[in-house]
Amino acid sequence: MKHLILSIALALGGTAVAAAETMKMAVTTSFHNSGLSEVLLPQIAEDLGIEVQLLVVGTGQALRLGEAGDVDAILVHSRAAEEAFVAGGYGTHRREIMYNDFVFVGPEDDPAETASAASATEALQKIAEAEADFVSRGDDSGTHKKELSLWTEAGLDPTALGDWYKPVGAGMGAALNTAAGMGAYILSDRASWLNFGNKTGMALTYAGDPVLFNQYAYLPVNPDLHAHVKTDLAMQLEEWLVSDTARALIDGYRINGETLFVFNAEAGE
Amino acid sequence: MVDIWSGLAQAFWLVITLDAELVEIALRSLQVTLSALVIASLIALPLAALLAVRRFRLRRTVIALLNALMGLPPVVVGLIVYVFLSRSGPFGVLGLLFTPTAMIIAQVIIIVPLIASVAHQSIRDLWQEYHDLLISMNVTQGQKIRTLLWDSRRALLTASLAGFGRAIGEVGAIMIVGGNIDHATRVLTTAIALETGKGNFALALALGFVLIGLAIAVNLAIHALGQTEREGRW
Amino acid sequence: MQLFPVRLTDARATRRGKTLVGPVDLVLGGQGTTVVIGPNGAGKTTFLRMLHGTARLGSGRIDWHCGTEEARHHQCFVFQQPVMLRRTVLQNLVYPLRLRGVARAEAEARARDWAAKVGLSEMLDRQAPVLSGGERQKLALARAMITAPQLLFLDEPCASLDGRAMREIEEHLQEARAAGMRLILSTHDMGQARRLADEVLFLLHGKVHEHAPAEHFFTHPATAQARAFLNGDIVE
Repeated sequence: MKHLILSIALALGGTAVAAAETMKMAVTTSFHNSGLSEVLLPQIAEDLGIEVQLLVVGTGQALRLGEAGDVDAILVHSRAAEEAFVAGGYGTHRREIMYNDFVFVGPEDDPAETASAASATEALQKIAEAEADFVSRGDDSGTHKKELSLWTEAGLDPTALGDWYKPVGAGMGAALNTAAGMGAYILSDRASWLNFGNKTGMALTYAGDPVLFNQYAYLPVNPDLHAHVKTDLAMQLEEWLVSDTARALIDGYRINGETLFVFNAEAGE
Repeated sequence: MVDIWSGLAQAFWLVITLDAELVEIALRSLQVTLSALVIASLIALPLAALLAVRRFRLRRTVIALLNALMGLPPVVVGLIVYVFLSRSGPFGVLGLLFTPTAMIIAQVIIIVPLIASVAHQSIRDLWQEYHDLLISMNVTQGQKIRTLLWDSRRALLTASLAGFGRAIGEVGAIMIVGGNIDHATRVLTTAIALETGKGNFALALALGFVLIGLAIAVNLAIHALGQTEREGRW
Repeated sequence: MQLFPVRLTDARATRRGKTLVGPVDLVLGGQGTTVVIGPNGAGKTTFLRMLHGTARLGSGRIDWHCGTEEARHHQCFVFQQPVMLRRTVLQNLVYPLRLRGVARAEAEARARDWAAKVGLSEMLDRQAPVLSGGERQKLALARAMITAPQLLFLDEPCASLDGRAMREIEEHLQEARAAGMRLILSTHDMGQARRLADEVLFLLHGKVHEHAPAEHFFTHPATAQARAFLNGDIVE
């Protein structure tokens, strides 16, 4: 009986928080780990009166949540999958917002000498030649898909690499923890790496190839499929995300003095 | 080891300063798990008593099923609840996905088999002891079940606390059905998973210590409540 | 409410198809104390349970004057190993009264009276399962008598009790008999049988071998087996 009273009291106390209109958006772990959402969300709440609830998941799960209509919009970075999502009728359209870049992270002493590589594909070839440990996300996420396409471009079959290639099937942070633990190379988005709190013995070894640019796009879920989706709010959010306010916040966001994201949305249609 | 110490120190400061965010997610953890515990106990305890005293055709099957379900991986429960509560699922119209209610549902499913199995063991033992007396006294089925539940209440409390322990520390299911949304469905365990993912081991550990402290506090509180009527127990 | 006479017609207690007691054809009248005796394995306990209605009646009938359902409400059973509810002495005494819908205050008052009667007043708040053997048996007796049943079964109520506890129990039983309660008890103690019995049922191999008034049975047993049993010889 006492539990019941207590939990009712707690329930009443707990509901007082959400007053504004809310919408749900699925985002990737790499976006969330960058810390940018903590800058954008309060401003969105202030400008639009919308509380955006983030579901931080892998790209694969984000797309599934959108297909099922469990979220109102998604913000991900895996172009082919996004286009399939729109083509399948699950999203109304795809709007590019910004990009950041992927970087190679590895042991500080860089045994595969990736720092001297001239391109991302060459860096991968060097890792393969040295058979240095390489941790792959292996979770069908945007980062994972990017990594797979890079191996293919480098002329290597990611399914036929040696024991040194370790798909861990985990999010960005967990995969970085694993790589740090075993002294392995890993492909990470720059934001996750900069915000990562467990860098001991690890360093950024290669970055800069344009092929490593990582485009984020915003996709509202199709209300024709799911009538309950809050399309109004999703549209308002999109307008805000391509606005000058967003541009200033995104371009101005820095970690340790480093710019992370480049705003590249085209102004309203 | 450094992480452990800085985790302890950080936990200490978070608690001392009543960090607003910590208080919020700790209260939500308690709210979700205690609600799940009350509901699960209301289902599991009478079920356990019924399984002990009623002979019906599928009784053994039900008991075996409960025992097997005790080991059900929470992440599977989470997925199943997700499929049911998803907008594309049969209960999608209720709009319960990514709410504390969804988390309570998942936790109830996870702990009902545990509480019912443990409770059934002790009620069955008590029933063997009481069988002749109660049959001789010509009690009704309802009186029988009430007597057994009341006289095994200490064992039942232990069963419920086992359920509480499993629920409060559970992350797989509530991560899927709750979504770990800040200020909406984030609880201690999902926050720990999040901070671990960010490599913030010290903060993750600090939250872990708070979780352990909370679990201990709830156990002590419930035991204290149970002992107000204590007298010469053997 | 008239329980007696009770008539057993070809009554058989069975378990998993095996006959444990019977067939029994018997009429029991409504007065005094019936003592059931017989060697180990003769079926005394099962006979009592069959009569009480807690052992499965495989065949035959037991007809109480007022009907079986009604009769169940006016009889109690005290087991050889008394079953103690995991509650205090007071709550053990209150329990059967509360089952019958007696108000809590009145139930507690009657429980205190009975505790005083059997000498357990000092122990009202003790947990029943930690009492000594004698105290437990006295509590079980009080718990059975507190509802004032017309019929009380006792299955070897004094087995494993010392002389003093046995004397006390017997006094309560004599008192109850004087107040008109019908008693049916089994015992191994021939001294106790002689002290309490108005009539004797001698059981052998699950059947009623001899049924006679006490004075007659103990002085002139009709059968050789009963004679041998009373002499302490082995009975075949």
